[in-house]
Amino acid sequence: MNEMRKLRKQGLYDPRFEHDACGVGFVANIKGIKSHDIVQKGLQVLQNLTHRGACGCDPLTGDGAGILLQVPHEFLKKECQALRIALPDAGDYGVGMVFLPPDINERNACTKLFEQTVRDEGQKLLGWRTVPTDPSKCGDMARKVMPEIRQIFIGHGKSIKNGDALERKLYVIRKRVERAVRDAGLRDSESFYVSSLSGRTMVYKGLLLPEQIPQFYVDLVDPTMVTALALVHQRFSTNTLPSWDRAHPYRFVGHNGEINTLRGNENWVRAREQMFASPLFGDDVKKLLPIIEEAGSDSAKFDNTLELLVRSGRSLPHAVMMMIPEAWQKHESMSDTKRAFYEYHSCLMEPWDGPASIAFTDGRLIGAVLDRNGLRPSRYVVTKDGFVVMASEVGVLDIAPDNVLHKDRLQPGRMFLVDTENGRIVGDDEIKEGMAARQPYRQWLDQNLVRMGQLPEPTDLPPTYDAETLLTRQQVHGYSSEDLRLLMAPMAINGQEAVGSMGTDTPLAVLSDRPHLLFNYFKQLFAQVTNPPIDPIREDLVMSVKATIGSEQNLFDETPLHCHQLEVENPIIGNAELQKIKEIAVGRIRSITLPILFEIAGGGQALRRALEELCEQASAAIEYGCSILVLSDREHDETLAPIPSLLATAAVHHHLIREGTRTRCGIVVESGEPREVHHFSLLIGYGAGAVNPYLACETVVDMVQDGRLKGIEANEAVEHYLKAANKGLLKVMTKMGISTVQSYRGAQIFEAIGLNHDIIDRYFTWTASRIEGVGLDVLAKECAERHHHAFEVSPALDGDLDPGGQYQWRRRGEFHMYNPDTIAKLQHACRAGNYKMFKEYSALVNDHSEKLCTIRGLLKFKSGSAIPLDAVEPASEIVKRFKTGAMSLGSISREAHETLAIAMNRIGGKSNTGEGGEDPVRYQPDANGDLRRSAIKQVASGRFGVTSYYLVNCDELQIKMAQGAKPGEGGQLPGHKVDKYIAGIRYSTPGVGLISPPPHHDIYSIEDLAQLIHDLKNANNRARISVKLVAEVGVGTVAAGVSKGKADVVLISGDSGGTGASPLTSIKHAGGPWELGLAETQQVLVMNDLRGRIRVETDGQLKTGRDIAVAALLGAEEYGFASAALVASGCIMMRVCHLNTCPVGIATQDPVLRKKFEGKPEHVVNLMTFLAEELREIMAQLGFRTVDEMVGRVDILEPRDAIEHWKGRGVDLSQVLHKPDVPASIAIRCVTSQDHGLEKALDNRLIELARPALDRKEPVEIELPIRNVNRTVCSMLSAEISRKWGAEGLPPETITIKFSGSAGQSFGAFMANGIAITLEGDANDYFGKGLSGGRIVVYPPKNASFVAEENIIVGNVSLYGATGGEVFLRGQAGERFCVRNSGVTAVVEGVGDHGCEYMTRGVVVVLGKTGRNFAAGMSGGVAYVLDTEGDFKTRCNLGMVEIEPIDEADAEAVHTLVRRHYDYTQSAVAWRVLSGWKEIVHQFARVMPVEYRQVLAKQHLDSDSAKLASI
Amino acid sequence: MGKITGFLEFERELPLRRPVAERLHDWQELEGKHPEDRLQKQAARCMDCGIPFCHKGCPLGNIIPDWNDLVYRGRWQEAIDRLHSTNNFPDFTGRICPAPCEEACVLNINNDPVTIKQIEKQIIDHAFKAGLVTPHIPTQRSGKQVAVVGSGPAGMACAQQLARAGHLVTLYERADRIGGLLRYGIPDFKMEKHLIDRRMEQMAAEGVTFKPSTNVGVDVTAADLRQQFDAVVLSGGATWARDLPVPGRELNGIHFAMDFLPQQNKIVAGDRVEGQITATGKRVVILGGGDTGSDCLGTSNRHGAASVHQFELLPQPPDTRTEDIAPWPYWPMILRTSSSHEEGVIRDWSINTKSFSGDAAGNVKQLHGVRLEWVKGDNGRPTMREVPGSEFALDCDLVLLALGFLGPERGPLFSDLGVELNERGNVKVDQRWMTTVPSVFSCGDMRRGQSLVVWAIWEGRECARGVDQFLMGHTDLPASPDPF
Repeated sequence: MNEMRKLRKQGLYDPRFEHDACGVGFVANIKGIKSHDIVQKGLQVLQNLTHRGACGCDPLTGDGAGILLQVPHEFLKKECQALRIALPDAGDYGVGMVFLPPDINERNACTKLFEQTVRDEGQKLLGWRTVPTDPSKCGDMARKVMPEIRQIFIGHGKSIKNGDALERKLYVIRKRVERAVRDAGLRDSESFYVSSLSGRTMVYKGLLLPEQIPQFYVDLVDPTMVTALALVHQRFSTNTLPSWDRAHPYRFVGHNGEINTLRGNENWVRAREQMFASPLFGDDVKKLLPIIEEAGSDSAKFDNTLELLVRSGRSLPHAVMMMIPEAWQKHESMSDTKRAFYEYHSCLMEPWDGPASIAFTDGRLIGAVLDRNGLRPSRYVVTKDGFVVMASEVGVLDIAPDNVLHKDRLQPGRMFLVDTENGRIVGDDEIKEGMAARQPYRQWLDQNLVRMGQLPEPTDLPPTYDAETLLTRQQVHGYSSEDLRLLMAPMAINGQEAVGSMGTDTPLAVLSDRPHLLFNYFKQLFAQVTNPPIDPIREDLVMSVKATIGSEQNLFDETPLHCHQLEVENPIIGNAELQKIKEIAVGRIRSITLPILFEIAGGGQALRRALEELCEQASAAIEYGCSILVLSDREHDETLAPIPSLLATAAVHHHLIREGTRTRCGIVVESGEPREVHHFSLLIGYGAGAVNPYLACETVVDMVQDGRLKGIEANEAVEHYLKAANKGLLKVMTKMGISTVQSYRGAQIFEAIGLNHDIIDRYFTWTASRIEGVGLDVLAKECAERHHHAFEVSPALDGDLDPGGQYQWRRRGEFHMYNPDTIAKLQHACRAGNYKMFKEYSALVNDHSEKLCTIRGLLKFKSGSAIPLDAVEPASEIVKRFKTGAMSLGSISREAHETLAIAMNRIGGKSNTGEGGEDPVRYQPDANGDLRRSAIKQVASGRFGVTSYYLVNCDELQIKMAQGAKPGEGGQLPGHKVDKYIAGIRYSTPGVGLISPPPHHDIYSIEDLAQLIHDLKNANNRARISVKLVAEVGVGTVAAGVSKGKADVVLISGDSGGTGASPLTSIKHAGGPWELGLAETQQVLVMNDLRGRIRVETDGQLKTGRDIAVAALLGAEEYGFASAALVASGCIMMRVCHLNTCPVGIATQDPVLRKKFEGKPEHVVNLMTFLAEELREIMAQLGFRTVDEMVGRVDILEPRDAIEHWKGRGVDLSQVLHKPDVPASIAIRCVTSQDHGLEKALDNRLIELARPALDRKEPVEIELPIRNVNRTVCSMLSAEISRKWGAEGLPPETITIKFSGSAGQSFGAFMANGIAITLEGDANDYFGKGLSGGRIVVYPPKNASFVAEENIIVGNVSLYGATGGEVFLRGQAGERFCVRNSGVTAVVEGVGDHGCEYMTRGVVVVLGKTGRNFAAGMSGGVAYVLDTEGDFKTRCNLGMVEIEPIDEADAEAVHTLVRRHYDYTQSAVAWRVLSGWKEIVHQFARVMPVEYRQVLAKQHLDSDSAKLASI
Repeated sequence: MGKITGFLEFERELPLRRPVAERLHDWQELEGKHPEDRLQKQAARCMDCGIPFCHKGCPLGNIIPDWNDLVYRGRWQEAIDRLHSTNNFPDFTGRICPAPCEEACVLNINNDPVTIKQIEKQIIDHAFKAGLVTPHIPTQRSGKQVAVVGSGPAGMACAQQLARAGHLVTLYERADRIGGLLRYGIPDFKMEKHLIDRRMEQMAAEGVTFKPSTNVGVDVTAADLRQQFDAVVLSGGATWARDLPVPGRELNGIHFAMDFLPQQNKIVAGDRVEGQITATGKRVVILGGGDTGSDCLGTSNRHGAASVHQFELLPQPPDTRTEDIAPWPYWPMILRTSSSHEEGVIRDWSINTKSFSGDAAGNVKQLHGVRLEWVKGDNGRPTMREVPGSEFALDCDLVLLALGFLGPERGPLFSDLGVELNERGNVKVDQRWMTTVPSVFSCGDMRRGQSLVVWAIWEGRECARGVDQFLMGHTDLPASPDPF
């Protein structure tokens, strides 16, 4: 068949990791009146969402688009007549849209199978119609893989009435056909696909661009093609896998976003299948399996499951509420009946969690829902003439302002529903309260759900502390003194996970000489780009660790027994709670304890046998009626060792899934092994419902008893420890953007590194694992070593725990690549300029033969034809590819920061600001010609100091999506590191700590990243845009998306990179090695022909010329060094960056310590030169004249032969060394540049019109219409201002602009001083992003009749990271208004959830309601909220702020602002406030960060005393 | 853990040595003790480094940050356990180690290092005083017999480790008391000898049998050893002293340091020594600027020498480290002033002794020397050149040769056993510490050449692992791998 058809799994590429996101929307006539106009409107919406999609290498082949319509009976009847097919009446038949293989034989086979199935199911085949298409209208690539598209018509048989019964039968037929085709052994079965098969809906979709759809599907332009609703979707996938069927809409939904919990959801659906029973389907149920099509995307799988729930009898809204419940657990104002509904349903199904805007329809109802955290945009407009338009953006359809009845946005967890049969919009409350009243859910819960607190106190508590045997038992489980000191003690004392700094430089578990716990073979996955991580502290309201365990019932049913389960408040439990579970006897809930032990002398064989027996026992226990299995290793002794708890848990979990009994029981783990957050995360992630770390608790008790932990009682310390464990778990979940433990359970969000496929396939099924590795034998041997230490080694020799050495270097501990020898040699080499010494250093580092340590250490160069060293390009050329890592001023001292910048500027390399902004003083060269400006300006989630002027002063702009040491997490700069200088640059307050959010709040999805890239390109069109990712499985696919999103550079960071502060769990266990990430990136980019237009960079513990050579051969063009550059400047890996006590003056702001900094730019220059020289030597040896020749030449690498390491010998690097087989015409390195399409920008016109102002400061006035496709307006204009006029910009109102219409995303982004904008209309998301000055006023069209303050005027995430300027908005703003505001003054008439989140400076006045979680993480600035109803407090997050009445000075300030608001916007609210000022003034609440106020008070004191002193 | 800002708050402080006038009149140790609270502040200066260079700088791999922290928190039992986990005899090293750990201390980059050696000393002193040092008696005996020949620090450490591993160990010593150079070599004012005695008690309880006054190779033959023991460890030190073959060397009053120092140890121990070499009232010249020379100096001054000169062949080293030749964290060749130097000496460098002349009775009376200059030779190495016209003569009555050691003494034992030496003249061993003769092992100065006590202990411990592995097929003895 066609080779292009599918990219199969090859090398490191696995189609499973594809992501897609996009634009979604629908148009409907509320009354259900059908018209062709709806089709046209739908297509128009689609076209106006084009920029949310993407194209691959072929600009005419989109990622896919489509439209879902009601079955157009008249049209079909007409068409069928011509074909002599007699269609029955409307509704009495079903129509299928079917993709068929192009090959005639294959096609016939498919149609035959289809027809046969229809007959088998007792229905009537009415005929086939070939759908007329115009292939000339689609792109080349799309055409090459185009299927044959036909419609099938099926009439119902005698047994079936029409309506739902017909739909159900059609569903059975489709599922059967899908399976039949799959099983038929066709070569091209993948070309077979049923887009829709229904009596109600029909889907036209394909690998098309929006405007191509009506040209390609000529049906759609037929005037008789009528519908009352149209759901449309435009896809942006992370790669260009050409696939027609992956276009949306699916049968029920169009989805924008990402399901993070997919693996778990899929496993659980599969686990439940055996219990399905439905009177509606009867025996047909078995024909539906498997419910989830394995090859589908997350959206497809969501659709599969939603379809099942609906077809099995639940209403569409009911099913959607089950799958995407609101964050009910912590919702203070939710009604009890609704809460009960959600709680009850949580016993049936875990949430499908992740950012999502889902538009759904069954052909009668059409609606949309947003995820619990509101992470996708959805705006809708209801018109007076009865239409509804819902889409990812506003302005996608031209609607006369006076026709607008209402404009709003979808809110987190809320549903918007149009019932076209009943002709009305059903409100969220009405739908949900209706659902909640379906059954007496509260009563069912009260009677059946068992809460831990209700269980009787246990009678037989096991001993909680036995000092005699403790050491032995700790040794059995491999405890180290470091575990106690560094990991557990901080948890027990502070209730917080320990924080560390710098990166990790120890070997992977599979390459370490030491025995490792099985946990260490797994790396946590995390969200980057395609979905956002969550901030579990500031956005706690969406988080929940509560979950139920026990036996589930038939998913299709709804009985009181369904919630007969045990509710666990926190999954990491203490001994008493465990004992309660062991003794439980309530209703039908019973538990059984199964030992997880194996004969230590029997090695791997015994381990395997023990696992088999364990699984058998588990099955038997379930048969016997046990609903909770407690897996316990308490009874281990000299001969019986604990099975690694993770292995036991995962083995039972997957065994029961395979057996179909998994949902009949919960798994609880009682183990001495888990003790750190990573361990708990893994156990939960592989299916445990609760974990009792009894030995860890006992260890904590011991530490208190013998005085190692002081000032705390033992039970309190254990409580703290468990609390820290639960909190840590939450944090790990949120890295992947998962907010409930229930969804995290079994979600397997991990990558295995170094386990062989036997173990993976059998016990960790579906876990990503790419380099093979150890088997059960080695795992058993590792257990045996620990066991030996515990029982065999005489206490006369060693009466102590192992020293560990994972975090701090210890001679007897784990190997570290940065050790006393390498650091000393590197420092001397760089200081003395001694290349010979550098070679000694690099020889040590490269000598991986003994200490394998890294994947690159397992590789060697093939012998090439050497060339003379002189023939290789000079070092001075090579160093231009070198960069220093992103380290913020703040995390490191000014001296250290500037040293790096000067050094890199001297050699033509690039230093990186990090995310702390930069002092503009550094933009001017020093007298000696040195330049202290960082060539790379980073844009991270905190957006500190990101102004227009900052952005224009660089050569590269780097978007930091993740950081190697702590991917998926935000950052925190403690107050003691924020001195006056730092605060000035960061637009914050000295002494007040700063938070960087985990996500970029303007990137929740891949198309958002494309938008930010576009924004930054506009803000500085001379800079390259770089996107920093962290290696993990699937990063290649993300990188492909980044390339399609038009980044100029993609950086693949290794997991081992440094940090100023991060939880130790993240430093050690999150992310993967750069070798894997880089190789995967190269492979996927090349396979998709996306490599040629993007440069690839890598970093993460690059230390020698050899490292660089490996990186180049694996595909990197540029190379970053952070730790090495710091070491060259004096860093000795103190690892106290987070404590501000760096003794060599690098990672500190303490003036005393900063004086000790002895680093010189020369040292760093020496380092870079040495690295380049060493690389040249290798190049000469391999015969490469230039680095360009080397890039991507993975064929030059091969595995080192004869690896004798007892663990490492199982590693197989063939996937890493895979070279995609592509024609020579496909580039394997960057050969061209991205087309950013800036010539289309409205700003070109603005710049032209503003020329007199730009050149001569002459005032200009501009008036222009604007549309949603005009994105990032005014950014390029601002860049011109900043370049010419500096940070000051132009005088206020030099350029005044009047726009009318709906502005596109990022309106006014990074706007500079001197511009004043009035927008009559509304705006989309990211309004005023990074606003750096000027003024923006927005009000509704003058002729609009809706009430401005009740309608939405700007979208989500407005004024993100703004540093200056003023904004006046007549109307409401969406979610996260003024997030990370650090200077803007804004007046608005209402905001959504999370207003003023993480704000550090500026003034916000809200003349209306706020959403929930206002001021979360707000550390500076002030907000005034008009609290008319006096209930603002319930929606404000009081974690860092206080609410207080306003004083006189405030009142004056607020009055002035409201007055101006009225002047600019003629706001009715403002008028009311001003006219009733005397009374209303008291209704204003002042929101003031506590810490900020203290600092301000101190400043006042200081300035007062300064005044006094000056008198 | 520890006190994060300790190094910013406290300055380095050591207890004062007793005044010179006082200490010259006795043979007791010189240093006072820190009160514990002051010592804890010193321990608080430790920064608990991510890479503790001290831990690497210490040949034994002492886990210095751990016990600094434990001392800071007053957890003496754990501190001594952690200290003992790498070092059998901190009571010795805490006194006489030159403390390369302190040179490698990260604070030493731009501040004064932590007083590691003092803390070590006080941990073990505290431990003995508090009864925290007890024998580690093995739970099981292997029934294997091991002979350790030579009871210096290497032999003692090796014997103790092997006994703890369950073997029956016989520790042989040629001298009349156990301890090797610790006993007869290091003056009492640097280390009092009862420290060795109490360690012997501990070792005896652990299963070590001491056989002093036994010259293995003579009193016990190689064949006896092979027959009686499952394994033999040679740890006889590097006692072959370097001589100075110049005219007049044969004159009376010219002695090896190792003829001079042990006699005084015996006297302090209460023995009688016939014809003791004394410095009393004499003009003493010590040749050699190392530790042994320094010990001769302190002893001479206590004898009441009229004057003491100390000459060194090499040039005077710099006072402080320099980046190019002695960078942190390495051991720097800088001018070191020992406690003995404080007690009075005339030091001079770049001096070569050409000859001695004496009186009629054959007693040495003058040293004839010449000044040297060191220049870079053709091979790039510094070579010496006499400074023309700089010849001088110095009156003297006693000359002590402290010129270092050439290696192990060649006795019948080596030849009888058939043990091979390496190119440097030391006993050759393989990765398992085994000599070229199966079941015969070697460690300490005998294998390494002359070195520090701390190295000797390390050698003894690692060698014990080799022996245990050889005897049992595996070993659980702790290792401190890969030093320098």
